[in-house]
Amino acid sequence: MSQTNRGRGPGLRGGRGPGAPFPVEKPKQFKQTLRRLLNYLKPYKWRLLSVLFATIISTLFTIYSPKLLGKATTTIFEGFVSKQTGALGGGIDFQSLLHLLLILLMLYVLSSLFNYLQQYIMAGIAQKVVYDIREEVNKKLKRLPLRYFDATPHGEVLSRVVNDMENVGNTLQQSLTTMIQSLVTIIGIIIMMLTISPLMTLIVVLTIPLSLFVLKPITQRSQKHFKEQQKQLGALNSHVEEMFTGHEIVKAYGHEKQSMARFGSINAELYQAGWRAQFISGMIMPLMMFIGNLGYVFICIVGGVLVTRQTIQIGDIQAFIQYARQFTQPINQVANISNIIQATIASAERVFEVLDKQEEEQLTSKPEVLSSPKVEVRFEHVHFSYRPDEPLIEDMSIDVKQGQSIAIVGPTGAGKTTLVNLLMRFYEVDKGRITIDNVDITKMDRGDLRSLFGMVLQETWLFNGTIKENIAYSQDHVSDEAIVKAAEAAFADHFIRTLPEGYETVLNEEASNISQGQRQLLTIARAILANPTILILDEATSSVDTRTEIHIQQAMDNLLKGRTSFIIAHRLSTIQNADLILVMDNGTVIEQGTHNELLERQGFYAELYHSQYQQATS
Amino acid sequence: MNVMLALFKFFKPYKWFILAILIFTLLQALSNLYLPTLMSDIVDKGIVNNDISYIIKIGIYMLIISVIAAVFSIITSFLSAKTAIGFGRDVRNEMFSRVESFSLQEFDTIGTASIITRTTNDILQVQQVYMMIFRVMITAPMMCIGGIVMALSKDKMLSLVVIVAMPILFVIIWSIGKRGMPLFRAIQKRLDRMNLVLRERLTGIRVVRAFNRSDHEEKRFEKANHDLAASAIKVNKIMAMMMPSMMLILNLATIAIVWFGSIRIDHGHMQVGDLMAFIQYAMQIMFSLIMLSMMFVMVPRASASATRIQEVLTTEPSIIEDGAVEAEQPISRKEGITFQKVTFNYPGAEKPALADITFTARPGEVTAIIGGTGSGKSTLLKLIERFYDYQEGQITIGGREITQWPLKQLRSQIGYVPQKVALFSGTVNENIKFGKREVSDEEIRHVAQVAQASEFIARMKEGYETYLTQNASNLSGGQKQRLSIARALIRKPAIYLFDDSFSALDYKTDAALRSALVEETKEATMLIVAQRVSTVMHADQIIVLEDGHMVGIGTHEQLLNECSVYKEIVASQIKGEGIA
Repeated sequence: MSQTNRGRGPGLRGGRGPGAPFPVEKPKQFKQTLRRLLNYLKPYKWRLLSVLFATIISTLFTIYSPKLLGKATTTIFEGFVSKQTGALGGGIDFQSLLHLLLILLMLYVLSSLFNYLQQYIMAGIAQKVVYDIREEVNKKLKRLPLRYFDATPHGEVLSRVVNDMENVGNTLQQSLTTMIQSLVTIIGIIIMMLTISPLMTLIVVLTIPLSLFVLKPITQRSQKHFKEQQKQLGALNSHVEEMFTGHEIVKAYGHEKQSMARFGSINAELYQAGWRAQFISGMIMPLMMFIGNLGYVFICIVGGVLVTRQTIQIGDIQAFIQYARQFTQPINQVANISNIIQATIASAERVFEVLDKQEEEQLTSKPEVLSSPKVEVRFEHVHFSYRPDEPLIEDMSIDVKQGQSIAIVGPTGAGKTTLVNLLMRFYEVDKGRITIDNVDITKMDRGDLRSLFGMVLQETWLFNGTIKENIAYSQDHVSDEAIVKAAEAAFADHFIRTLPEGYETVLNEEASNISQGQRQLLTIARAILANPTILILDEATSSVDTRTEIHIQQAMDNLLKGRTSFIIAHRLSTIQNADLILVMDNGTVIEQGTHNELLERQGFYAELYHSQYQQATS
Repeated sequence: MNVMLALFKFFKPYKWFILAILIFTLLQALSNLYLPTLMSDIVDKGIVNNDISYIIKIGIYMLIISVIAAVFSIITSFLSAKTAIGFGRDVRNEMFSRVESFSLQEFDTIGTASIITRTTNDILQVQQVYMMIFRVMITAPMMCIGGIVMALSKDKMLSLVVIVAMPILFVIIWSIGKRGMPLFRAIQKRLDRMNLVLRERLTGIRVVRAFNRSDHEEKRFEKANHDLAASAIKVNKIMAMMMPSMMLILNLATIAIVWFGSIRIDHGHMQVGDLMAFIQYAMQIMFSLIMLSMMFVMVPRASASATRIQEVLTTEPSIIEDGAVEAEQPISRKEGITFQKVTFNYPGAEKPALADITFTARPGEVTAIIGGTGSGKSTLLKLIERFYDYQEGQITIGGREITQWPLKQLRSQIGYVPQKVALFSGTVNENIKFGKREVSDEEIRHVAQVAQASEFIARMKEGYETYLTQNASNLSGGQKQRLSIARALIRKPAIYLFDDSFSALDYKTDAALRSALVEETKEATMLIVAQRVSTVMHADQIIVLEDGHMVGIGTHEQLLNECSVYKEIVASQIKGEGIA
């Protein structure tokens, strides 16, 4: 359960916003991943085209309006000057001014309208694409072999499905249109500026290399501090985690002061790196503003001179100032956007990696169905290993008759649980075969096969729901009586009724409101309710105390009657009545027989047995 | 919002910094705002009079002002970085020391995982928002105020346009924000839900598949996914209105300014350059309002975190050292532990975890406690450590009620070995020394020997200097248990509490350890909690617990005769064999 909180671990991946010079993760295969991501956009191509159209229209209108506003200013200026010079009919030409302003009004309204449309349509597309990909992962998870889940930390899968997809969604929602907007704006503004004055355009365009020149060293320096900050943050987080999870010991051994001192020193280091990183990256905005102001000042000077020479008009300065102001922002955005796109493609790539994992083999022929299962299980010369270089099970053969109970014992790492993995087809055998009623299990549908089994594991998995729902997990519609009956059989009814809400008690996320032993009882009830043909108990009562275990044992004995069962146990007391005991060590069955037979043999089992009971019986 | 304010007290040490930030921000805003005024001079005096040298002179002024503005904002950036990051550091320190003062009960209530995220993520989140506030939220109002002042100074009549437009803009931001906010919260909830569903599916993958419930889980996820997408679409569609409508108001205001401005120019009340400057002021004012609208996104996110932080900071530790008197002598080793009718309830629990417990554990003796899961065995040890305070009765140690001892003194006399081993990242040496700082290497080697740990430590690459990773994942369960025992031994305490501490040991090690312990702990008071009869049967007295009640006390032989629960326990473990 230590995995549970890793899902949204602390992290600052994909930092964005103004001046966020975090180290950006780079995708491995940019082109392929981009193409693949674009494929998901295909079903929405008409809508995307309309977004593109709306974006271009609204941007063009935005670009054109300063020019009109400049004309309006010029009109006013000319009227003003003519009045001052006392020309006949002097004064502002309100007629043409009104005309200009009305056109401007229309442009503004349309521009906002199209801008709204563009964002509105994009909202649907972006979130649906995210939904589609997540759905695909959802379906994929069902088909992935257990090998994948065992080898991949849960937190990693979680962060791919949740965080990475959020990342992709945000980018689609905002950055895509922003990018189009920015590109159109930059090109459009340059054209508009050129029509006014090439010289002044040069001034504005020159600010770009200037800002890159200024920003680069700053970004580099701040990255260094950000990295240091990340490092200290990591140290701080692990210290916190360690001290708080070991809180009991920290208190018992009076370690609070040292713990606090250590925290204080990491925290101080974090502060040093942190304020430097913030300060340096915080300089980016003022410096950009300064460069913008430089452009502004030079426009004023050069523009002023040009107006006096009558090369341009007064309104042109006005328009130019607006263009220059509008110019820096898209430049910033385009500079940022390459980072954002890199991070997004890297996120998408991580999700696609999940989608590309090898799936469980599916049956090619029609699955075999057991009509009336007698359930005789046979392992025939089974070989298996988790890793090719470390053979685990070698040439194992077992023959289980109907209704027999098979116990598997042996030290940890002997391969006991592996047997279950193979039987349930969580993993596939490398060589040999496993049959049920003479049917090779690989020829059966996995679902059909698994429906034969009921399973209780040492690791007690329950979900965030009521006790009732948890017991009834195996089926959709179960009567309350059946649930209570199963709980009674598992000796869980009593403790459930002592809970304030009884069967309606909601187990919290970590199911910490009931004890480990109680959780185990619930999982047993769950298996009982499933009413399986074959029962697998993998250390099913390890957290239950021995007296309760005896009670459960009795219930189990009733349940097991006539059923084939596999019992993996640590405590030998629970398995003495088994029909067959398999003693495993290093992946092979080294002894088999009944309890008494094995004791007489004076071998591994006998030694194991005595080591557990000698003390108590001496 | 209120919680965000509650955290404001942490800014107190920075009040001069903050004042300086405010002043420099205002100066910087004013410098930036002065530029349009200079520009209007260029237009109205330079251009109108064809005075190029005047244009250049003003241009140089503008350059100087730009440099000054840049310097001011760099100073601001420096101060706000120091303040916001310093704030984060201070809150973190306060939080950590507060948590270190907590007893186990506070951990139970809030949850360990939650306390960890609050100390790490939540503080980071809040710190980032304050950083943003310094960068944006202070600049924006300053720009706004400065803009209004300058606009008024240019032309009072024309300022009316701005004064009309501002509330409209504000209402639009507010009304869209008001509709969007609950949805943002809903998204957060649904994200959490999706996380939960997926996490459960991953951790329970074997069970899901064994019960053929993959389709069921798929549907659960699909629903979570669908709900999330629906909320996200909705909120994005609402927020899509934000920018366009704000821009529209801004642009309409500009048109109005030009129109009314032209009339005033025509009447000779103002000049063209003034109008151009005025338009820029209006833009500044409006943009600063738009920047403020970012509050809608930033603040709720941080205020959720602030609430969680505040919750921890205002939680009072349940164990307080009221009435504790520093004793000059360490706890006497001669008197052992006495329980007198002790009853303890976990807060909110219906039934007491321990009820009416009375016994005496004497020095030099072993007192064992046995019972089923949930019978209260571990709780009993935790009461002795004073992790919780009992409600009724009395526990005395060394002749004094335990609440009369300072916690430090009390705990320093106890060697506690918990059920769940917790080791820390650091060397083997450091982990053993955890219980006592100043010890010689011989002592460490000696206790390792007793705990049967010296052999495997010697086998490790760097022996006692071997670095253990977090949770000591490079050790086996049994090895961890032995180190945890060595850690208790090195304190040479008056009292030992062993909570099921031998469970991961194999038979041989267990036996060797136990006989070595006898010598080492001859004079100490020993309490051993166990599940196995074999562990407790040689104890001087055995306490049998059932559902928090004592149902038997005595030696193995006595209990076999008198106590039915004990008999059952024994029978369950030695099935089919003769009972001695």
